[in-house]
Amino acid sequence: MKTTYREAMRAALREALQRDDRVFLMGEDVGAYGGCFAVSLGLLEEFGPERIRDTPLSETGFVGAGIGAALGGMRPIVEIMTVNFSLLALDQIMNNAATLSHMSGGQFSVPVVIRMTTGAGRQLAAQHSHSLEGWYAHIPGLRILTPSTLADARGMLWTALADPDPVLIFEHGSLYNAAGELDENAGAVDIDTAAVRRPGGDVSLITYGGTLPTVLDAAAQLMEEGIDAEVLDLRTLRPLDDAAILATVAKTHRAVVIDEGWRSGSISAEISARITEAAFFDLDAPVGRVCSAEVPLPYARHLEQAALPSVARVIAAAREAVGTRG
Amino acid sequence: MNAERAEHARGLLHQMLRVRRFEEKCVELYSAAKIRGFMHVYIGEEAVAAGVLATLEPEDAVVATYREHGHALLRGVPAGAILAEMYGFEQGCCRGRGGSMHLFDAATRFFGGNAIVAGGLPLAIGLALADKMAGRSRVTACFFGEGAVAEGAFHESLNLAALWRLPVLFCCENNLYAMGTALARSESQTDIALKAAAYEIPAWPVDGMDVLAVEEAARRAGAAVRGGAGPHFLELRTYRFRAHSMYDPERYREKAEVAQWLERDPIDLLRATLEAAGDLPEPTWAEVQASVDAEVQAAVAFAEAGTLEPVEELTRHVYTDRDDTDRDDTERNRPKRMPT
Repeated sequence: MKTTYREAMRAALREALQRDDRVFLMGEDVGAYGGCFAVSLGLLEEFGPERIRDTPLSETGFVGAGIGAALGGMRPIVEIMTVNFSLLALDQIMNNAATLSHMSGGQFSVPVVIRMTTGAGRQLAAQHSHSLEGWYAHIPGLRILTPSTLADARGMLWTALADPDPVLIFEHGSLYNAAGELDENAGAVDIDTAAVRRPGGDVSLITYGGTLPTVLDAAAQLMEEGIDAEVLDLRTLRPLDDAAILATVAKTHRAVVIDEGWRSGSISAEISARITEAAFFDLDAPVGRVCSAEVPLPYARHLEQAALPSVARVIAAAREAVGTRG
Repeated sequence: MNAERAEHARGLLHQMLRVRRFEEKCVELYSAAKIRGFMHVYIGEEAVAAGVLATLEPEDAVVATYREHGHALLRGVPAGAILAEMYGFEQGCCRGRGGSMHLFDAATRFFGGNAIVAGGLPLAIGLALADKMAGRSRVTACFFGEGAVAEGAFHESLNLAALWRLPVLFCCENNLYAMGTALARSESQTDIALKAAAYEIPAWPVDGMDVLAVEEAARRAGAAVRGGAGPHFLELRTYRFRAHSMYDPERYREKAEVAQWLERDPIDLLRATLEAAGDLPEPTWAEVQASVDAEVQAAVAFAEAGTLEPVEELTRHVYTDRDDTDRDDTERNRPKRMPT
């Protein structure tokens, strides 16, 4: 059937609310407004204000309440409008959600799901556009998901809710309108493994989330010049699927990591380091990286676009990797 | 006092003395380097926890701060498990992962032990929200200091609790100092109950050195909360007799002020009341003390006999043991006593 990323997310929310009485959705404007990106449009009418719960602008309060409700036996889905706003709740995510299991000696689990929009490309400037999922992936105790396809938008939520630990889902804002075909019976998917989105033998393009379409475009163009790129979608940033990363590197011997986050101290740095640590002798070229420019993302379209990973930059990095003699 | 009332008051005296003697021992053990890290004792404030916790039911929830030895003990966490935790031993209530500031106990629904000032308030909101949504008639008692009222989390939490009429009993332990900063030096409005009232939450100040007054106020407020009247707020006016932590030279307050408050020691006050009424004969008082001393002694023996968790277990519990998830997941977070 024809659907969009937004509709797939909504179908996932609806299924979760139908299947489990303990599930509820809470966040700013998720109800009467229909969700700031219209993901939850119509759910208030279907499930009522108790389970589609509009909150005040209190990120610390309602994210913490989601954590507390999870401790109290519920399965809350907390929506934060954008990743930048999640910083107002970072204390609760870091100091409570991520620590309670270990700090209590395993007595408590925190089965909360926190969803938020991430990423740039919509001229929203420096307080609505960043990609901080790599930061969150730094934190032990959390699980970090970055659905990039319709199937993952549809299927990751249920698996996340079944997970006993806190799961953060980062939805790239540029993906909500992505349209395509989705199986009528599409449902829960695994949240443990990376996926090869395009097989190839010459170079591994490793990415996730909102940059996947960019990387797939780049791979198609590279094929025209005879470079057969493999595209690996990480899907989950914590824990990383090391086996899949090493498998693609073992196959192509060349890797470029594409990450919309900043380059310094980033998830791309982590992936590069892991490749170097575990597959150094498989490599025929240095690991390349395509990341966002190290600036607060600007409003003007030409500047914003210049800051982000682009098809041209991915192609250039892939050519460089392939051009390097092993 | 009638006999029943006197018996009850003696019970509260016993509870306060348990905390006092336990923590005096903790200070001693800290000096002996058996306990490390940050440790904050509650000495002087015992009437607050003793009074409030006496009114709770087993299914209720408790959220506390980093000055929570007393709350844990009075909630029913065994003294030995608390002390072993401070020793860093696996027989501790959190296997030695939390230490003094992070005591947790699923069996008694004791949710910490939170060392971020005001960090526990949003959790209490969520616990109460879960109870309300599930139709359970429970109370979440949330303790925090007056320093927490300067934090945004305090205001966000009070607003949410009132807006959603959640069953939270807010217990502000106003000991006048946020570490070394006096209330009047940090708040434009020092009447804390007024802040709660601004959120339409019934709130009143209570003499936090009078355990009977604390208990009466908590019982009244708790009954309203349990009955569905929404959150209630107690400002419990108390005083910390000892330093903020073991590293505090106490430059910020006068010795005369401390001495003045020492005259209102909650244990001495109740003892004097009982004695004046002839309700605490010397042999009874001796029995109370002996029982407490024996409990503390047994706790020390338990902790001293503790063992270190194998280092191989270091990363265990960062994520929930997958074996646990094989069970019906409604079982998760249900009371389960740690082996002690």
